[in-house]
Amino acid sequence: MTAHPLIQVIGLRKAFGGHVVLDDVSLEVRAGEAVALLGPNGAGKTTLLRILATLLRPSRGVARVAGYDCLRQAERVRAHMGLLAHGAWVYEDLTPFENLKFWATLGGLPHGRDALNGALAAVELDRVADERVRTLSLGMKRRLALARFVLARPPVLLLDEPFAGIDQRAGKWLDGHLGAFKAAGSAILMTTHSFGRGLGVADRIAILAAGRVAHDTPLGALTLDDVRRLYELHAEDGA
Amino acid sequence: MSYARRTWIVLWKDLLSERRSKEALNALFFFALLLLFLFQFALGDERERLTAALPGLLWLGFILSGLVGLGRAFLAEREHDCWEGLLLAPGDKSAIYLGKVAGNLLLMLLVEAILLVLFAVFFNIDLAAHPLRLTVVIGLGTIGFAAVGTLFAAMTAHVRARELLFPVLLLPVQVPVLLGAVKATEAVLLGEPLGAVGHWLGLLAAADAIYLTTGVLTFDAILEA
Amino acid sequence: MKRLQRALGWLAVAGLAAGLVMAFGVAPREATQGNVQRIMYLHVPAILVAYLAFGVVLVASVSYLWGRAAGADRLAHASAEVGVVFTSINIATGAIWGKPTWGAWWTWDARLTSVSIMFVIYLAYLLLRAMIEDRERAARFAAVLGIIAALDIPLVHFSVYWWRTLHQPPTLLRPGSTPMDAMLVAALTINLIAFTLLSAYFVAKRVRLLKREQEVLA
Repeated sequence: MTAHPLIQVIGLRKAFGGHVVLDDVSLEVRAGEAVALLGPNGAGKTTLLRILATLLRPSRGVARVAGYDCLRQAERVRAHMGLLAHGAWVYEDLTPFENLKFWATLGGLPHGRDALNGALAAVELDRVADERVRTLSLGMKRRLALARFVLARPPVLLLDEPFAGIDQRAGKWLDGHLGAFKAAGSAILMTTHSFGRGLGVADRIAILAAGRVAHDTPLGALTLDDVRRLYELHAEDGA
Repeated sequence: MSYARRTWIVLWKDLLSERRSKEALNALFFFALLLLFLFQFALGDERERLTAALPGLLWLGFILSGLVGLGRAFLAEREHDCWEGLLLAPGDKSAIYLGKVAGNLLLMLLVEAILLVLFAVFFNIDLAAHPLRLTVVIGLGTIGFAAVGTLFAAMTAHVRARELLFPVLLLPVQVPVLLGAVKATEAVLLGEPLGAVGHWLGLLAAADAIYLTTGVLTFDAILEA
Repeated sequence: MKRLQRALGWLAVAGLAAGLVMAFGVAPREATQGNVQRIMYLHVPAILVAYLAFGVVLVASVSYLWGRAAGADRLAHASAEVGVVFTSINIATGAIWGKPTWGAWWTWDARLTSVSIMFVIYLAYLLLRAMIEDRERAARFAAVLGIIAALDIPLVHFSVYWWRTLHQPPTLLRPGSTPMDAMLVAALTINLIAFTLLSAYFVAKRVRLLKREQEVLA
């Protein structure tokens, strides 16, 4: 028996003024599934993600997270969704511990000392837990953002180019954590335009070009070269 | 209970950030010192003229410092998408507003205390005659300022000409608070009881209530992306 | 809708014509001030209509925050503009009246000061709208400002009035005073109605213009 998809997008359209970014996008992600959204710059990957994260209103169509409508039930969606965007929601003058305490308390997550230290340990930031975030690398800041999800795993995870700008080791580490979230039942949608990384944990890839999902296949059936060829094919259409 | 906790954590975060960076406090301290010199040069040496203008000068100093301080209220949120983090946090967003107002209020009160001390020392004026009355008046005036200032700071946070638009929006709207605070301060410095300026205090309290209520009800709409 | 608007326009013109005739022809010459007093027939209705316009801004702003209807936003925008225009008419006619009467173009008396502050507040409202590029965000922020501005107006008036008083006591709204010349009251009332019709016409036209602008940009 298949569960309802935790992420559901039907006929989504988004136009900024006269400029149409998403034309007719349909996509589904189920519990325990991870989908990698590929596409050239400007294809609308971030736009789609932000609509699902209730940060943008769609022009037309349906976007649902955990069964709740992103436009009409935004607060419900926010309670069931975790977003990891480019900015990692960090305050530079605070320590990782203090940052996590702030976001955990504000978000109604467990915020006791033990819970916070436990989460920081899980993302391997316990040694720098009391140093100012200003001194940390980008990868460490991303890990700090991830610590939020360790405190309370959201049913839906939206990640915008999570592997961009971090080294191999951090990338492998991120793979591991995302895999754990997936195994625990979360639905993951992440955007990427790098092939080597991020595809490790993905079950399916969807290629976004010309405002539509040009291709949507399970990853198991394809090799990396297949993916690259498909991408280049559709990227040309869309560019 | 969760509402209070969320208000508190926003206040805690702002105070902690400020204590760490000391950016605003340092800048405002030197700004206050500078104002002192400017007032002295602008008004010359006549003791009577200075004393007569004192309530106005004091509040002018408070407001100018407040403009500088409040204009930065959401500066940290503009980095690393923290603004979105606030928006996506579940629950009533007005808790964030109240936390921010509280933080701004405390910062402004601190700067005002510094200004008072500087005024008392440099202009050789006794401001400590009726500390309780002075506190009430300054408190009421500053609350009104912080309530609207925080709201408008959020509004202008993403506008390109923020430094220009923020004072243009805030100052005209704050005229009643300014007038009330100056008049009431004048009375206190002259040794009058608070009852004598009851109507002004009533106006200030009404303004504070209106501003805070409006802020609580509309902050959600301003935070939205 | 267009025919209604045009009828409104013609009615306003007729009303204005009647009003001007009353003001400068029929109404009696004031004893102490002379003919310059006649400008009051423009001065007073202008500010009353401005208050009405800003009241509409308040209602439209609340309505917008509640239902997010684009029409409410356009109404608020247009009303604010018309209100600012009539406020400036009030200030200008006040200055024209003031020069021969008080000897100065400007005094810091209560009424003049508080009206000027109101003028600046709503100018800032229009500035806010102009400086935010995102249309939807501009509408939301303007609505919040529209509410605060309107709630602030009584505070402004009370505070400035207590701070200083010099202006004529209100002629139209003072209860139980000496009976005014019937023609004077009639002239005031006709002009008030004419100005209201005119402002309604301007608002309607401006709302339509805003709608067209938004349709083109969308």
